[in-house]
Amino acid sequence: MAEASSVPKDNPRGPTRSLRSLLLSTEVDTRLLGLIAALGVIWIGFNIMSDGLFLTPRNLWNLSVQSASVAIMATGMVLIIVSRNIDLSVGSVLTFTAMTMAMLQTEWLPNLLGIAVNEPYTWIIALAMGLLLGAAIGGLQGFIIAYMGVPSFIVTLGGLLIWAGLAFQEASGRTISPLDSTFQLLGGGPIGSIGELASWAVGILACVGIVYTLIASRRRRRRYGFPVRPMGAEVTVLVLGCAAVLGAVWVANSYPWPEALALQYGKGPNTPVGIANPVLIAIVVAMVMTIIATRRRFGRYVFAIGGNPEAAELGGINTRRTIMLTFVIMSTLAAASGAVLSARLNAGVVGLGTQSELYVIAAAVIGGTSFAGGIGTIPGAVLGAVVMQSLQSGMVLMRVDSPIQDIVVGIVLVAAVGADAAIRRRSR
Amino acid sequence: MSMTELSNPAATTAPAKRVPLVEMRNMRISFGGVHAVDGVTVDLYPGEVVGLVGGNGAGKSTLIRALSGARPADAGEIRINGELVSINNPRDAKGYGIETIYQTLALADNVDAASNMFLGRELTTRFGSLDDAGMESATRKVMGRLNPKFKNFKTPVKSLSGGQRQSVAIARAVHFNAKILIMDEPTAALGPAETAQVHELVTQLKAEGIGIFLISHDIHDVFDLADRISVMLQGKLVGTVDKTKVTKDEVLAMIIIGKLPGEVTRTELAELHG
Repeated sequence: MAEASSVPKDNPRGPTRSLRSLLLSTEVDTRLLGLIAALGVIWIGFNIMSDGLFLTPRNLWNLSVQSASVAIMATGMVLIIVSRNIDLSVGSVLTFTAMTMAMLQTEWLPNLLGIAVNEPYTWIIALAMGLLLGAAIGGLQGFIIAYMGVPSFIVTLGGLLIWAGLAFQEASGRTISPLDSTFQLLGGGPIGSIGELASWAVGILACVGIVYTLIASRRRRRRYGFPVRPMGAEVTVLVLGCAAVLGAVWVANSYPWPEALALQYGKGPNTPVGIANPVLIAIVVAMVMTIIATRRRFGRYVFAIGGNPEAAELGGINTRRTIMLTFVIMSTLAAASGAVLSARLNAGVVGLGTQSELYVIAAAVIGGTSFAGGIGTIPGAVLGAVVMQSLQSGMVLMRVDSPIQDIVVGIVLVAAVGADAAIRRRSR
Repeated sequence: MSMTELSNPAATTAPAKRVPLVEMRNMRISFGGVHAVDGVTVDLYPGEVVGLVGGNGAGKSTLIRALSGARPADAGEIRINGELVSINNPRDAKGYGIETIYQTLALADNVDAASNMFLGRELTTRFGSLDDAGMESATRKVMGRLNPKFKNFKTPVKSLSGGQRQSVAIARAVHFNAKILIMDEPTAALGPAETAQVHELVTQLKAEGIGIFLISHDIHDVFDLADRISVMLQGKLVGTVDKTKVTKDEVLAMIIIGKLPGEVTRTELAELHG
């Protein structure tokens, strides 16, 4: 990979039309390909070791749901780390906002405004206020970091304690359950999934999106007379992309409702579950965040600040506002994750997000985000979240004790970053 | 101040009152208790190159950073075309058509040439998305003029050579129709061929009526390019002289012992060569 990334982009056609030169000509990030390969190794390895239990629709579907909440937050953490900051408070923000949403729908809205739980708008009001609370927390932390010059490590370390404490205080440490029945759908499970037809529709829409993006970018470059990728490369990207999307939909649709639950909800036997709501949310978040990171000024500024803060300032970028906004986005995403996680548990619980800041940071870093700043991708972070979750879920399948799981995850994190650093040094 | 009026071209060469493009009067900038710039007055006319010279720590970069908005002055006034302005950040400066090529180049190493050239002033499509193809196209055009050999439009500028990086920094300054250009040691990192290119560019920009502040420690560079030379020493202005009326030795005397051509003695001049 090191050699691959050092080959100049201007000469995509090698002398031999090997698989490698074809991959190169697609201009897909080699780091991302490496991550996909690593994921493949992990999946196949666990599948062999668990006698075929890992690569089943049921396990993969569960894996997708479990990865969603970390993936949602990891997309925000990329922007934070790229701009040379850190957010240690995401787990506590998650807990605090989830707790607040739980209190809102079960106690505060019914008591104060007379909007009873399970009424049609209760869930959306609770969700909106939770997201707003997240944004406000991020705004406060971001303001202190960007405008008052307190290091983000300190501010969010304080936040980690403060928001966890407030989450305990507001419900006196109780577990708030059950939640609004519509709100629960955000958490997934067979009822919280979109079903067979809608899943195929999403898949086909995604394929159309891939085709459109490829054509549009080709057209734009043609219009300016720039070199375009060889047709073979375009077709490769198109076919592989669509195959991955439709394959994922096929897996989700191969997982049927459990019999008892199907009976309870009046579904026929072998009704496909389809894509779970949290996964759909994570996909939408990842797409929006990718657009923000790569196609919007704001994202360009975040990367420029990470590359050279002084140059960004001298370039006339409002660096303080940009930094503050990254924290607003991060905490809002933590609130979204809080909604998903509490909906899945059907409860607001103290300690809901404990340690998730570590998984989120690990996912972003495994996904290629560099602490030196200026480097990182959203798809990489999402894949990083899936890698982390795959390791955990695989070890659970293998009945590995939880302390051993922690040890393995810790080693993988350090090894992944170490390997990445070594590759980067060689390719320089 | 009488020193500066001594050789103001507005007084000597221009008919009647010509309004300077830039006028910085009684500029004061201090760090802690140190006066990095202490009551300095300089000016710049359209189509003119003013060389700003002085030893290390003379305050020339600090003075110019007040004009580019990188660090606002503590006191003093800046006039653009005779109008009093306040420049508090780089955005303000760019708004007045002031572009700067910093000694450090001020490039974001992790993004490509086009992203650097348009940093803070990105082109967008009608949906507000970045128009990367449009920016690349504009960058290719400017580079075609500045550095035709430049080909690496898609790589992060970190992997470019010193000369290529410099041309990115220069491209950024000249693309946006600057009226006032600040060049801080523009040739420090360049080889002879590239230096000649920069000289050619300065001459061309001058002909277009752009006023240029040229900061340099290289007295030959300054004599080649500047019309007037302002000399600073320990935060104060020694004086501003017309290039055609002084010798390099006399300017050296100003830089080192802070004396104007009329004040310096033969023995002092001889000691400089000592």
